[in-house]
Amino acid sequence: MDEGRPIFLQIADQIENAIIDGSLAEEAQAPSTNELAAFHRINPATAAKGLNQLVDDGILYKKRGIGMFVSVGARATLRQRRQEQFSDQYLQPLLVEAEKLGLRAADLKEMIDAWEKAR
Amino acid sequence: MNPVLAAHHVSKVYRHPVRSVIGRGPSVALDDVTFTIADQTIYGLLGRNGAGKTTLMQILTGQNFASSGRVELFGQSPYENDAALANVCFVKESQRYPDVFTVANALRAAALLFPEWDNDFALSLVEDFQLPPRRRVSKLSRGMRSALGVIIGLAARSRITLFDEPYLGLDAVGRQLFYDRLLRDYADHPRTVILSTHLIDEVSALIEHVLLLDRGRLIVDAETESLREQMVTVTGPVSTVDTIAAAHHELHRDLLGSTARATLRGDFDAAGRARAAAHGVQVEPVSLQQLVVRLTTAAEPAPVSVGAVDKELSR
Repeated sequence: MDEGRPIFLQIADQIENAIIDGSLAEEAQAPSTNELAAFHRINPATAAKGLNQLVDDGILYKKRGIGMFVSVGARATLRQRRQEQFSDQYLQPLLVEAEKLGLRAADLKEMIDAWEKAR
Repeated sequence: MNPVLAAHHVSKVYRHPVRSVIGRGPSVALDDVTFTIADQTIYGLLGRNGAGKTTLMQILTGQNFASSGRVELFGQSPYENDAALANVCFVKESQRYPDVFTVANALRAAALLFPEWDNDFALSLVEDFQLPPRRRVSKLSRGMRSALGVIIGLAARSRITLFDEPYLGLDAVGRQLFYDRLLRDYADHPRTVILSTHLIDEVSALIEHVLLLDRGRLIVDAETESLREQMVTVTGPVSTVDTIAAAHHELHRDLLGSTARATLRGDFDAAGRARAAAHGVQVEPVSLQQLVVRLTTAAEPAPVSVGAVDKELSR
C-alpha cells in the first residue's frame, strides 16, 4: 500500500483495475472484507469502506449473506470514466514536463508515432 | 454505537518531591483529556515519550487515579469494579510475573482471569512465537517476554484490550506475526483494541482511529483515513509555495536554495492539486508517521493549565 493516499481509495482502485483488465469478471464475486484485510494487512473497516464505495458507485452489488458481486456493465462504466479522466491524469503532467524541456506538441506527436512504429 | 469507554476532562498532575531540583512546579501528565472509545474498533494511541500514554491507559483501567475528571468503563467507574474490569485486558510494557512462574503457569493464570480466554488459540500462538512453555518467565529474553504479553492479550479476547508498547525487544518477524494474528482474530472476533506505539508506520494501516497525545493534551482524535487527507507536503519554487501556503496552516518548512518544501494542513482537493502541479509544484501526501512528527513538534510548548494545578495543590 502507498503510505500517503487513503487506503480505502487504493482498495477501490485495485478492484476497479481488476474489473477493467477482466481478471474480475462481471457477476463474479469480489474479495470479501476479511480477505482484503488479511491480504493487505489493513483494518477490516478500511477494506469495507473501499468495497462500500464501489457499491455506492454501482460497480459492485450486495447479495445479502453471500457477499459482493461485480455489476453487469461495470467494466464499460469504468472504462468510460477512466477515459474521461485520462487527459487530466496523464496528459497534463506530460505537457508540463514537455514544456519544461522545451518540447512542443508537434514533437510529442512525432515521438508517439515513432513509439507506435517500433511496437 | 454506544461508547465502551470514555474519558471526561481527565487530568493527572504529579507533584515532584523536591521541586527546587527540577526547577519547575508540578508536572502535568494529562491535561483535560476527553474522548470516547467505540465498540469493535482498533485505536492507535500515539505520542512521544512522556506524552502521557501509559498514565492514560492506567487511569482508563482503574490502575491509577485521575487528579480530576472521570472515566466510564461500560458506563461505570472502573475503580475496584471487578465486573466491568473482567472484560478488559491491559498488556503492559513490562508486565511482572511471580519469580517461579513458567510460561505455562502464566498462561494458566490468564485462563482463570479472562472469561473469553481461548486456550487453543493461546497454544497456537505459543508455537507461532516459538516460546518454550516450561521456561521461567524471569529467564525469558526481552523479546520473548513481550511475545508472552502479546499472546495473553490476543488469547484473552477481552471486549477491550489495551496494548502498551507491546513489542519491546520483539524483532520484525515477531511484530509482523503480532499484526497478522491480531487482524485475523479481530476479523472473526471483533472487539476494541487500543494500541500505544512508537512504530507508527508499521501500524498505520491497522488502526482505524488515531488518538494523539502531546505533553498531556489530546491534540488529535480522528479517523486515520480522514487524517491522512488533511495534510500534504508541497515542493517547488519558494514564491509559488508561499502563495499556496498562505491559504493553509503551515506546520513545517525546509529550504534548499530557491526550492521550498512545506507541510500544510488543510483540505486539498483534486482541482487544487492539479493547479499546483500546473505551477510546477509537487503535492505529496504525508504519511501518518510524518504527520505525527509534524503535529507534535510544530506546536508551541503546551501552556501549563494553571487552574488544574492549583486545584490539585489545594487538596
